[in-house]
Amino acid sequence: MNNVIKMILTLTVIGIFSGGLLSEVSNWATPKIKKNQKAEIEKAIFVVHPNGKYYEVVQNNKVEIYKVFDAEKNLIGYTIVNSGNGFQGKIKIMTGVNIKLNKITSIEILEQVETPGLGTKITEEPFKNQFQEITALPNIIWVKGKSLEQSNEIQTITGATISSKSVVEIVNAGIEKARESKNRGLL
Amino acid sequence: MKKNKTLSYEFIKGLWEINPIFKQVLGMCPTLAVTVSVMNGLAMALATTFVLVFSSLLISSFRKLIPNQVRIAAFIVVIATFVTIADLVMKAKFPELSKALGPFVPLIVVNCLILGRQEVFASKNNPLRSLLDALGNGAGFLIALVIMGGIREIIGSRTLMGYSVLPNSFEPWLIIILPAGAFLTLGLLMGFANLYVERKKRIELEAGIAKYKAAKNTLDIKLGEK
Repeated sequence: MNNVIKMILTLTVIGIFSGGLLSEVSNWATPKIKKNQKAEIEKAIFVVHPNGKYYEVVQNNKVEIYKVFDAEKNLIGYTIVNSGNGFQGKIKIMTGVNIKLNKITSIEILEQVETPGLGTKITEEPFKNQFQEITALPNIIWVKGKSLEQSNEIQTITGATISSKSVVEIVNAGIEKARESKNRGLL
Repeated sequence: MKKNKTLSYEFIKGLWEINPIFKQVLGMCPTLAVTVSVMNGLAMALATTFVLVFSSLLISSFRKLIPNQVRIAAFIVVIATFVTIADLVMKAKFPELSKALGPFVPLIVVNCLILGRQEVFASKNNPLRSLLDALGNGAGFLIALVIMGGIREIIGSRTLMGYSVLPNSFEPWLIIILPAGAFLTLGLLMGFANLYVERKKRIELEAGIAKYKAAKNTLDIKLGEK
């Protein structure tokens, strides 16, 4: 009996101290972590919208969308954050689009866990730059091994077809969601 | 038996003799997964060492108060507390690094290297010895992870600490930064480390035998004189 009480007491004391310590550390760290995440998003927004100077979050929406404004505070487009499955795991992409949602300004890969050296090429300039200023209506399509014919086509990466296709699908799905939000009058 | 071991031995043994990676073969999961670059290896090893040192210190200080039946639960709570601190601090101060290490920082909780040292050493020795043991094991882990990270980064992506070290004409061996490369690198390194330790032991043994023979000779001569 004595031992049982001792066991309970020891674990309780350890638990209380541990909880107290962690809440202190968490109080200190949480604002900093939030700031980092915000800075990251902010940086990416202005990468996909090079003319953007201000942004604001679209409230009450299931999708993460930001309105982007230029230096004179005129709305110049939207930024959509969408994620989906890649070859090995989740890919999170930020897409910059114009006001009419029919042209992409640029894209930025926020998170990915693709194969190093092959799938990770989706984060490199040659692939990403293909999305600059391409038409998004009708949806973007990917071509493999032949030259581009239309303004809504991009070429897949050799050896990383699935990763490239995933990026196209995620971007398309994101724009689709943005259109839905627009129809519902949220944008 | 442990009484006659010097304090410096408690530290040094962790570097090679019972190196967590090469000899105890503990903590393989982060070792194989994060060592694609020196920076990742270094950060992982420092985070692990931080947790190991503080858990060892705390657990060895209170070792007599923790009932035997709940010791593992107590160890895990203490370890988890320090891991969460390390994770939060990393996220707040080094977001890039924390992103690169991904889920492997929170997973330090179940790194058997740490739990192993608590069970084998810290729960049976005084705080000073436990501290040295933890530092030694942490340093051993750091050496192994940095060497592995270095090799894999140079061969797999031509860089070291992010700087280009090999000419562009060298085609990076992709396999080395994939999981298969981790196993290859670890296996070869483990072989070399064992070779080194074995050789050191043999030299010590031979020196001992030579000393014994010399002593015996002088004794024989002295006996002969009598």
